[in-house]
Amino acid sequence: MPLETGARLTQPDEFYQALIDAHAGLDDEASAALNARLVLLLANQIGDLDTLREALAVARGASGRAPA
Amino acid sequence: MPSTYTPPVFAHVPAPELATGEQASRPVIIVGAGPVGLACALDLSLHGVPTLVLDDGDTVSAGSRAICYAKRTLEVLDRYGCGEAVVERGISWRIGKVFHRDRLAYSFNLLPEAGHRRPAFVNLQQYHLEEAMLARLQALGRAEVRWQNRVTGVVQDDEGVTATVETPEGVYEARGRYLIACDGARSPLRGLLGLDFVGQVFRDRFLIADVHMRGDFPTERWFWFDPPFHPGQSVLLHRQADDVWRIDFQLGWDADPEEERKPERVIPRIRAMLGDDRPFELEWVSVYTFQCRRLARFVHGRVIFAGDAAHQVSPFGARGANSGIQDADNLGWKLARVLAGASPASLLDSYERERTEAADENIRNSTRATDFITPKSRMSRMFRDAVLDLAVDHEFARRLVNSGRLSLPTTHRGSPLSTPDRDAFSGSMAPGAPAADAPVREGGCERWWLDLLGGEFCAVYFAASDAAQAAREVALLRDLLGGAGRVVAVGEHAPATVHDNAGLLRQRYDASPGTLYLLRPDQHVAARWRRWTDDDVAAALRRAQGVEHAA
Repeated sequence: MPLETGARLTQPDEFYQALIDAHAGLDDEASAALNARLVLLLANQIGDLDTLREALAVARGASGRAPA
Repeated sequence: MPSTYTPPVFAHVPAPELATGEQASRPVIIVGAGPVGLACALDLSLHGVPTLVLDDGDTVSAGSRAICYAKRTLEVLDRYGCGEAVVERGISWRIGKVFHRDRLAYSFNLLPEAGHRRPAFVNLQQYHLEEAMLARLQALGRAEVRWQNRVTGVVQDDEGVTATVETPEGVYEARGRYLIACDGARSPLRGLLGLDFVGQVFRDRFLIADVHMRGDFPTERWFWFDPPFHPGQSVLLHRQADDVWRIDFQLGWDADPEEERKPERVIPRIRAMLGDDRPFELEWVSVYTFQCRRLARFVHGRVIFAGDAAHQVSPFGARGANSGIQDADNLGWKLARVLAGASPASLLDSYERERTEAADENIRNSTRATDFITPKSRMSRMFRDAVLDLAVDHEFARRLVNSGRLSLPTTHRGSPLSTPDRDAFSGSMAPGAPAADAPVREGGCERWWLDLLGGEFCAVYFAASDAAQAAREVALLRDLLGGAGRVVAVGEHAPATVHDNAGLLRQRYDASPGTLYLLRPDQHVAARWRRWTDDDVAAALRRAQGVEHAA
């Protein structure tokens, strides 16, 4: 299944607040570790490798600055 | 002092009670002649209630205050009879653009749908709004506005409120059955009642500059995150009337507010933003911080709080003046009914319930915008920048960008005045929602739907296809509403008087032949049915009026 980047979140502001709240009180390293776990959980939810490869490519290319 | 505007100085007339020693007596005393106090006075005037408006100043608002009036607020002002003056004087806009660093991230259209009288927003300096409202208030002739009258004491009993009023010539007492405190974010009335006003303080400072210039920016809201001319911070540009532009620079918490408001600091910032040497003049400069907070309760016996005196939000989203005017819209008819003895005083509890709900919604939205604009941690900033990067190409991320969720009216879900749906409807006109506008025809003329609803209860009846049945049902509804309001029948033939020729009304209200909506005097939906009986309508009307069920 192709990567869907149209609007799918039913409550975008609520999601974003929950995401930021999840990081509250964590230092940078703990935050990065949380993100790593989150990415793995969501990847498993998606399941399909082609979709995940596409997401990885978009994420790698999207920065306004040169990819790190 | 703005070069484009000379504020009026209102003549101060010594209060006649100073000579007679009597109390000034009105059904309602309103403290504060800003947009919210004036809206309360207009609303009550239209319901035939005389008011005494006391303001400690002698002119309209000075400098940069509210500038964006939302569609719903304009519709309320239309009901008050001054919407057209505001829209004509102001700048209509609906396109917003969001820039990130040196590029456009995306643009949005707040009202992409045609068939509405009012635009998504009108920008206008607050002083122009107040002048339009004052002119209308004077034309209605039921309110008396007294300038340089400062309320310094409030005592209430079972019958009413007595206010101590200080004037340049001396002190007198004003007596009302109710007092509405619309005295702003620093509300002295709140202090007089000893009420806590707690919430969240944001550790950030913003520079507001109102600039007079011949700008060739389009009439759009432009918001920059981290632009090259103001790195690491945000900037907002908005057009107002008279070629005045509002520019809002985020400065950060460590900025020195005294230094930052000096022209030698402000002018280079603006120059960098403009990127050229076009001439401009500073009309107003201030540095502010903000808070999101509200009173726990808005109704304190016979003293009722509205507007910034009751709730305060950050400016992102234009939710201050808009929600204050919507407070007045909600309160006016309820207070008028209570004063007339038509509803019990407990109807005012629904003002508190509905408007604290609205305040919470506004605070939630404005807090989220503030958190997006001023990320509180490194990770929060990384997510913010990631969203902005992705927003250039991907629609889903645009929905996450939050430079202010612009003011929309609250749908009072679960209001005690609403009758829950029994029939299935789609669309947004649920009980508690404000009525949507649409173009219609009446008596052979093009009209706007909201103008036909009036300021009392309104039964909106989409006529049954059978003309005899429709006539019977219209007559029945007229009986049921009695003096409480009007019946508006929509259809192609008599007894219908309103022709939904574009079909937008049917669509926006998801109506079929026989559908009935009961609207409150503030044009919010109280109840709706596809099939209904006279008992349904009578019960819903009693409920919306806050009158206890007979059984």
